[in-house]
Amino acid sequence: MRMNETWVNALVLLGLVAVPGWALMVDEPFTITLATRAAILALAAVGLNIVLGIGGLVSFGHALFFGLGGYAMGILAFHAQTYSALDLGFIQIEGSTSMPVIWLVAMGVSALVAAVIGILTLRTSGVYFIMITLAFAQMFYYFAISWAQYGGEDGLSIYVRNGFPGLNTLAPIQFFGICFVVLCLVLLLNARVQASPFGLALNAARQSATRVEAVGLDPIKLRLVAFVLSGAITGLAGALFADLNRFVSPSMFSWTLSGELIVLIIIGGVGRLMGPVIGACIFVGLEHFLGGLTDFWHIYLGAILLCIVLFGRGGVIGLLTGKEGAHV
Amino acid sequence: MSLILIIEQILNGLQFGVMLFLMAAGLTLIFGVMGLINLAHGSLYMVGAFAAAAVAGLTGSFLLGLIAALAAAALAGALIEMVVIRRLYRAAHLDQVLATFALILIFSEGTRWVFGSFPLFLDIPAALSGPVTLPGGIEYPLYRLALIGIGLGVGLGLWLLIERTRIGIQIRAGENDREMIAALGVDISRLYTVVFALGAALAGLAGALVGAIQSVQVGMGEPVLILAFVVIVIGGIGSIRGAFIGALLVGLTDTLGGVFLPELFKLFMDGGAAQKSGSALASMGIYLLMGAVLIWRPTGLFGARA
Amino acid sequence: MSDPVLATHQLSKRFGALCATDDVSIDLRPGEIHAIIGPNGAGKSTLIKQICGGLRPDAGKIMFLGRDVSGLDASARARAGLGRSFQVSELAMEDTVLENAVLGAIGAGAGPWRFWRAATRTAALVERAEAALARVGLTAQRDQVVASLSHGQRRQLEVAVALTLSPKAFIMDEPMAGLGAEGSKALTGFLDGLRSQAPILLVEHDMDAVFALADRISVLVYGKIIATGSADDIRTSAVVRDAYLGDAA
Repeated sequence: MRMNETWVNALVLLGLVAVPGWALMVDEPFTITLATRAAILALAAVGLNIVLGIGGLVSFGHALFFGLGGYAMGILAFHAQTYSALDLGFIQIEGSTSMPVIWLVAMGVSALVAAVIGILTLRTSGVYFIMITLAFAQMFYYFAISWAQYGGEDGLSIYVRNGFPGLNTLAPIQFFGICFVVLCLVLLLNARVQASPFGLALNAARQSATRVEAVGLDPIKLRLVAFVLSGAITGLAGALFADLNRFVSPSMFSWTLSGELIVLIIIGGVGRLMGPVIGACIFVGLEHFLGGLTDFWHIYLGAILLCIVLFGRGGVIGLLTGKEGAHV
Repeated sequence: MSLILIIEQILNGLQFGVMLFLMAAGLTLIFGVMGLINLAHGSLYMVGAFAAAAVAGLTGSFLLGLIAALAAAALAGALIEMVVIRRLYRAAHLDQVLATFALILIFSEGTRWVFGSFPLFLDIPAALSGPVTLPGGIEYPLYRLALIGIGLGVGLGLWLLIERTRIGIQIRAGENDREMIAALGVDISRLYTVVFALGAALAGLAGALVGAIQSVQVGMGEPVLILAFVVIVIGGIGSIRGAFIGALLVGLTDTLGGVFLPELFKLFMDGGAAQKSGSALASMGIYLLMGAVLIWRPTGLFGARA
Repeated sequence: MSDPVLATHQLSKRFGALCATDDVSIDLRPGEIHAIIGPNGAGKSTLIKQICGGLRPDAGKIMFLGRDVSGLDASARARAGLGRSFQVSELAMEDTVLENAVLGAIGAGAGPWRFWRAATRTAALVERAEAALARVGLTAQRDQVVASLSHGQRRQLEVAVALTLSPKAFIMDEPMAGLGAEGSKALTGFLDGLRSQAPILLVEHDMDAVFALADRISVLVYGKIIATGSADDIRTSAVVRDAYLGDAA
């Protein structure tokens, strides 16, 4: 069976709306939360897919941006809820409980850190890049653990979910709606960027950096911009994730999360627009169902992953459409 | 701050460094010879620790525990090399990362399944327990001193193995030219299995030795794995010498930073804040070190290939 | 005589004990095809890499359009007008023929910092790309994925991508390699006409093509230029016969 990729994409998005819609009708709020979780993880992986799938850079530290987004939310909301100003030394700023403000800060901080780390790491390639991105994420992990003001190892609870103008974010379906719309907007952005001159050049740089240089473009600059864009998107996902759980902790920076984000993309299909979304839905589904059957569901996840790597590239989208995934 | 404390901390840093070296040496060897990035190296460390704790618990002998650790890790290494890893040598780095990530999941959960979530404990052997008095009147735990000795000994042995033996020649040839070594009639797939098992055994040894001063539990391997990555990025991927220097640098930076940075900050801050900022900065110390080395030399101190 | 478009001055590059490029000074004049020939391992590819910026020479400099480009990287030299085709195809294999040509148009045009309009739906880029594809005869393959092209078609595409850049000089590393007799003949005819647009520095093993096309030929042996001259000069040169043609026979 070979399906048109556009149809697969539409079906996936439809499914992602239908499940919580159904859950609303039969009053299963937990299922809505699961769908929200899938949408947010998908968003984080969409960010990663820009560098990994299009740019061919195996960033094994994307939890770094996820965590930064989470802590941006946690810190702003903490200061707003305790009516204390956030003292940056040279300037004092008020906290905020408004999602749009928090998102902007989360994306801004993530983009800034991505720019610095990108400048440091993009001069290297291959295995160095993998290890160094991992190490930088770990640096933030340990920093968060030792930063006692914001909960240190125990993390930071935010008792009330942040607000969005005109919506009641405490209603699960409305919060899901926010996350879903953000995901769709970012997918649209991703689709446009992927086809744009920038995306075409970035994709070509993955396949042959020499070719890109020979037409007068600088592959490192292309990758740096991709890394910044990618970091900002994953940071946004982190802010939403923190709002979903009303809790941030150093585990948002953890290397297993970086690994899982890559896994989502692989399950769905590398470099395919909806690969991360399918991957996230399957991952959250497995986590829920296998996790309900056995405490050791990671063994099965590992086995599935091994099979995908050893026997089938292209992920689920590849399976459905007959297209191979991007070679990274 | 006393001289004794400083020396004590330097010894702690050395001890940490040589244990990191055991991990990093295997990783860098496997990358240098086979071009493989092995995330599951931390799992082999864990396998060694669990084997040692289980066997020492049953027999009461630490030595038997160590032998079990070496054997179990080498066996596990050889097994995964033959079943999974050898399909990955020509694969993209992404595939290597994913497959070895999958192996971590399988190893970790498998171990949890067999041994449960509670940590095991491995006692320091009686002959090595208690402090020893060093020249200058410094009391230092004998076991930690032994670890430094074992680490240095293994480092020397590894150097002799690679520089002076037939298999060392093959390993060095394999790093330079795979076709050549195959043409010379060396059984390359057996060589790879042996190198992988050797790296695994070193990781298992480190796990068992460190297991006696920390608890033995699932997930103990990954923090060490990531530190070992930092070590080989600093030292240069594929270089044993780089791994050695890098491991000592990382061990000393981490240990000394954690103790002395808060003290340093106390000179111009009040106590509580200094403690907080000092330890926060210290937790980032080795990564800052790595960043600095990368700016200076993008392929590490002794690295040739990117 | 007019000023050369491209010139190397005393270029040298060593790899350990091996002297891959030994004091090489060559130039490329407007309107000419200057071929570099030499036995395998003579250092032709090493020389090309230094000219294009993929490899830094140990000594010497490279002048392009009257300007010292020795300090520029490969992409800056391409922007300055150096169009290049590769010995082993360097193309985006997963992309279509059009996308590869559009990549050249992006490099030649407004650059990659546009993030919204689809590149293959931007008229200016597509027109430029299609014009180049038409010139090499790949219009029919426009929407094919590069991986599915024949070897010869990939060569043509290499040339087409270089054409989109409207370069001031072409550097072509064995464009005929692997082409059949028919393909070589067609490409020879094409390059013959191309020289009026921009001069070509041509590294080539196909001696029929070289002798048919080249205004001047330089012979590179063990990193050294041992002779430069017209096709007839080279054919009759005793030095060349000894060092090179003699070897081959």
